[in-house]
Amino acid sequence: MSPLSEKLRTPADSTLAQSVLSVRDVRISDQAHGREIVHGVSFDLTPGRTVGIVGESGSGKTLTCRAALGILPAHFEVTGGAIELDGRDITGLSAAEWTGLRGSTISAVFQDPASYLNPSIRVGAQVAEVIRVKKKVGRREARGQTIELLHAVHLRDPELVYGQYTYELSGGMLQRVLIAAAIAAGPRVLIADEATTALDVTVQAEILDLLADLRDRTGLALVVVSHDLAVVAQLCDEVLVLRQGEVVEQGPTHEVLHRPRHEYTRLLIAEHEQYGLDRFLTPEEDL
Amino acid sequence: MSTDAVLTVEGLTVHYGARRRRRRVLHDVSLSITPGETVGVIGETGSGKSTLARAVLGLVRASGGSIVVDGEEAVGYGPRQWRALRRRGVIQYVFQDPLRSLDPDLTVADSLAEPLLVQGVPRAEAAGRVRAFLDRVRLTEDLLDRLPGELSGGQRQRVAVARALVTDPRLVILDEPVSALDSANRVQVLQILKELRDDGVALVFISHDLGSVAGVADRIAVLYRGELAETGAARDVIAAPQHPYTRLLVRSAPTLHSAPADRAERDALRALLHT
Repeated sequence: MSPLSEKLRTPADSTLAQSVLSVRDVRISDQAHGREIVHGVSFDLTPGRTVGIVGESGSGKTLTCRAALGILPAHFEVTGGAIELDGRDITGLSAAEWTGLRGSTISAVFQDPASYLNPSIRVGAQVAEVIRVKKKVGRREARGQTIELLHAVHLRDPELVYGQYTYELSGGMLQRVLIAAAIAAGPRVLIADEATTALDVTVQAEILDLLADLRDRTGLALVVVSHDLAVVAQLCDEVLVLRQGEVVEQGPTHEVLHRPRHEYTRLLIAEHEQYGLDRFLTPEEDL
Repeated sequence: MSTDAVLTVEGLTVHYGARRRRRRVLHDVSLSITPGETVGVIGETGSGKSTLARAVLGLVRASGGSIVVDGEEAVGYGPRQWRALRRRGVIQYVFQDPLRSLDPDLTVADSLAEPLLVQGVPRAEAAGRVRAFLDRVRLTEDLLDRLPGELSGGQRQRVAVARALVTDPRLVILDEPVSALDSANRVQVLQILKELRDDGVALVFISHDLGSVAGVADRIAVLYRGELAETGAARDVIAAPQHPYTRLLVRSAPTLHSAPADRAERDALRALLHT
């Protein structure tokens, strides 16, 4: 057995669900300016579970995700703590090792799906390409699996969508295509970073429901990142509230919603209770 | 229909394109709003909500129906008459992207004074009125010399709101005024809007986001595929929606407490609306 596959195996003695993504006191710095941007983020994700990260732009939520994906921007580095992916420390992984992990162990979808697809190639062929490379199957097989995936992300007519170009699809449909590509190689962890932010409310709910289905059906672990606490509350077992690189609140979702300790979390909750639907929908005793 | 309405829209229909490409984007929309009232118009992509905003400002041409602004039937107006009507300052607007309603080369002070100068208010008086106004929109005097590009997104949107209000309009049309803002700024702008309403200004608050509209609207109108699906008191529309699309909207909007339980209902409504 090669040393690599040995490292990838999870210890067999554990009876508890093994963590698929473990982030421990991770610090991220902008080396060009010598500034620490993320000041210690920790969470543990097991199969079928969902962690939510809430924060404004600039809070460090996207940097944290990118560190876990091995795609930090130039000059940014993890300068403290550790990230383990499926039991394996990611420190010092080579580019080739990352290519092996991305897609098949950890994957992600982001806010603007169109920008991740080539406008001049049919979307189905782009998903099939991922399958061909990652699963080393032939073209015909890749096409068949792509149709199945497009079906699995609830696209109504997978055969039709396969042959369409990005400009022919709505934002919600494009995000489904991206989710199909992201789960094509059967990752253990999927990061959804503001993946529904640009979508209409009804479409956003469709995508969130889809993510919940995938999680419940396949044991996929999710990291849901949003500026909207309510989006995170829909899906997540645990919530981290990030502000200016600092975790100001962290805990089980219902704890954070019902007993927020930090003033900033209270602001996020108050926004929904005073200015949102909750005002009309939430029974008094639940507040 | 109330006779003291600031804006009355009756049977408004708008088409885009000509001949074979002609398609209807708004059909038979009726809406009326009185001073001190906030009407929320909810709609998603393709609902025609921005077309409605543009039509009542005379920025797109209605193909049928009636638009009465401040007692004046304006539906047949040409561009010049609409411009004259807008310049009177009775009706103002705020759009989602403040960079589009603010001139990038004008300082905050000049941007805010401009609508007053257009009305013929002397420069010194205009500057005084601008200063007196800043407090109301939580802006400080040190921002007056800045250009829009030198402001944060929240400050910019508050400048855009201030610019719309400085002429004491009776009616303000807001198209997605808080969608691009973060929580703190959104709360601040919504609070400003509530105060305006209490001062007797009529607001038409157009958005895809039921949540932020629910916070300030007295009545809610739901636009779906260019038609009004439902109109009613905000509380009724949200707590007891009648139209299947409104029900789907309410069950889809992220709330802090109720989402997973609504899943089965969402699936049923999606199936109903897509067939």
